[in-house]
Amino acid sequence: MSHLLEVRNLTVDFHTAQGTVHAVRDVSWHLDRGECLAILGESGSGKSVSASAIMNLIDCPPGEIVTGEILFEGADLLKKSGEERRQLNGKRIAMIFQDPLSHLNPVYTVGFQIEEIMTAHGWPADKARARCLELLERVGIPDFANKVDAYPHQFSGGQRQRLMIAMALALKPDILIADEPTTALDVTVQAQILALLEELQRETGMGLLLITHDLGVVAEVADRVVVMNSGQIVETGSAAEVYRAPAHPYTKKLIGAVPGGGDMAQPLDTGIAPILEINGLSKHYGAFAALDNASLTVLPGETVAIVGESGSGKSTLAKCLLRLEEASMGEALWQGRDLVTMPARDLFEMRRDIQMVFQDPTQSLNPRMSVYQIISEAWAIHPDILPKPQWKERVRDLLEQVGLSADHMFRYPHQFSGGQRQRIAIARALALEPKLIVCDEAVSALDVSIQAQVIELLTRLQDELGLSYLFIAHDLPLVRDFAHRVVVMQGGRIVEQGPVAQIFDAPRMNYTRNLMAASLHPDPEVQAERRAARDAIKEAS
Amino acid sequence: MAVSENSGTIPETPPAWLSILKMLWRDKFALCAAVFLTVIVLCAIFGPMFLEDQAMRNNLRGRNAPPFDFSKDWKFWLGGDALGRPLLARIIVAAQNTMMVAAGAVLFSMAIGTGLGLIAGYTSKLGSQIIMRLADVIMSFPSLLLAVIVLYMLSPSVTNLIIVLAITRIPVYLRTTRAEVLEIRERMFVQAAQVMGASTWRIVFRHILPVVFPTLVTIATLDFAFVMLAESSLSFLGIGIQPPEITWGLMVAQGRPYLTNAWWLSFMPGLAIILTTLSLNLLSNWMRTALDPVQRWRLEIARKKK
Repeated sequence: MSHLLEVRNLTVDFHTAQGTVHAVRDVSWHLDRGECLAILGESGSGKSVSASAIMNLIDCPPGEIVTGEILFEGADLLKKSGEERRQLNGKRIAMIFQDPLSHLNPVYTVGFQIEEIMTAHGWPADKARARCLELLERVGIPDFANKVDAYPHQFSGGQRQRLMIAMALALKPDILIADEPTTALDVTVQAQILALLEELQRETGMGLLLITHDLGVVAEVADRVVVMNSGQIVETGSAAEVYRAPAHPYTKKLIGAVPGGGDMAQPLDTGIAPILEINGLSKHYGAFAALDNASLTVLPGETVAIVGESGSGKSTLAKCLLRLEEASMGEALWQGRDLVTMPARDLFEMRRDIQMVFQDPTQSLNPRMSVYQIISEAWAIHPDILPKPQWKERVRDLLEQVGLSADHMFRYPHQFSGGQRQRIAIARALALEPKLIVCDEAVSALDVSIQAQVIELLTRLQDELGLSYLFIAHDLPLVRDFAHRVVVMQGGRIVEQGPVAQIFDAPRMNYTRNLMAASLHPDPEVQAERRAARDAIKEAS
Repeated sequence: MAVSENSGTIPETPPAWLSILKMLWRDKFALCAAVFLTVIVLCAIFGPMFLEDQAMRNNLRGRNAPPFDFSKDWKFWLGGDALGRPLLARIIVAAQNTMMVAAGAVLFSMAIGTGLGLIAGYTSKLGSQIIMRLADVIMSFPSLLLAVIVLYMLSPSVTNLIIVLAITRIPVYLRTTRAEVLEIRERMFVQAAQVMGASTWRIVFRHILPVVFPTLVTIATLDFAFVMLAESSLSFLGIGIQPPEITWGLMVAQGRPYLTNAWWLSFMPGLAIILTTLSLNLLSNWMRTALDPVQRWRLEIARKKK
């Protein structure tokens, strides 16, 4: 029997100035009607390349499809003309992307953009309008009759992804390709979008091709999974099988790196005086309270995690603490002295004790400075830490401490991978010999296996140097393994805080329970239980 | 990128000037441009010293002498002007005034405009407002008209010409710098520097200016040609450089009545203007690549490709 879509022995090369890169090598997989196939891989594994080849999105040159065929209902897409493929794209095979904001045109209304798909394939305008309204209702846009004439910026991230789905489904495609559809979204929204995709798939019987790096997403929706590593398929099988009995070492490593399985840390002895004590910290923008009356303490050598969805005020808390934003009210006592009202001169001294590691190392490292310059800048600013002749030695030591080598000293940030860049950012923070490091989503831009390495590094540094961390994250399993105590935030407020075991095993607040239920577990069976729990919460409320 | 094993040794880096020369060697266009500009600068410095007399000497037998007549003295190879003065010598001598006015005006306006732009972009709203409105005043006034009025009041001289042209070009740099600063100051690495306790001074000059700089250099090279032509317009009106002093712009203007029978009078100095601007553009293009660590590999691997 022939499959709905079949990729056979596909090899794609990219010719770059540094030589030829084999993006995918001899890749074969197939997708049937009504099934969900997940392509799982880390960044650079080539997981998106075969989808791009299907949609004719590979730029040739620099790309080149060397060998292989892509059979859609038995006919090879690669042999068709551009015009024939345009007829299929959008109509029979549709695609949704990771970042819906950059794929919606900001100057047209969403209604226009959804209808455009249909009119481009020859539908009359009134019929397209009717179908558009029907779709908006189906994907769950509230007040859809009015919202159809709104612009993309007037929707939230989750709604925008729903709009993209509506757009993709307009012509009832046989195949929907979803490239990291939920990566940019909060956990609770992610769960909703995945549920919607599943429902729609069941309704229409289309084939769903899901490209993701997240084992949890695979466990939630996929029937079968293809695991890719550096351009090659290392393992294929049903989602449950692959998780239960991974055959390839890479898959084992990937599953092993997933956080959330380790022992939870014991709370530290509360007898010690806290190093940081925040009392009633608030930040108002006009009448809007981004941060409302937040209070928490951090002990020396302790990791306090702050979790919450986007807009919950967790980053605002960090910014107020570091005086990147001025707090409106409240105090933050650092070893007994108030950071919020501290004069600039004392603040300069305080900067040595509290450092920050940012979310995206690509942006937080100055692209025009070498690693040596980036790290040694700390001592240029605080000259009393280290005299200049010793800078090179110390940079080397710091680089080795974070798992890089002295060779890297005179390279520039763009020459490193994401994980290495974050190590550089950590080395920079360590250069000032701080007591507290604020990590603002410090690992969320990294691949799972790299994430695990960076967390390991942070744990080791904590043991060696007695550091405290204020660890801001949205990824709950990660927090479970790493934190001593957890603070849950919602809408600018702290709704619950306590030792990590208490928050994860016996959450008191509904919001926390919701958050727990929405987070995805890599085990398909556990995930099925969670889904049941989530439905129970939904029915109860 | 693989982590190599031989840790512990700190790598040696070659001296900066050597790698700059290497990168210049890789880009042959930029190399030609650099050589040409060096020649022009040498002409500007030493030309008047040796050739002033010849450039001013009338020679009625050589009136409108055609170019490329190699039987004549080398100074007449590019022809002679309406009074029989050798064009080549005059172009060499005129390089001094031209370069002084153009480079002076461009450097002044770039320095002042960038400085004010950095202040406007990085300080309070009030300071920024004042600076921006001042820039608006300058911009809303036609720059040549402003120059005419000021030069009419002051005596026309090289210094005054530089000042006037510099003032009229300030807003270009100011607005560009401010717009870029407003965007760059929100970037994460600026926040990272703040967290380390970096002073405003350090953030502006170490983190923001290097990112804005390539854009400013590109504008400056384009402006170079504009200033040369503006200077020639003013000179043509009689309020810029006055004969017997010469500039390339003035030579173009002086050749205009003879365009039909002696085209080289305007063409040769015009060619000098074009080649200078072109060289500056090529060199600034090279510099933009060389200054940017992300782009630098284009110059470092160019040889392997060939």
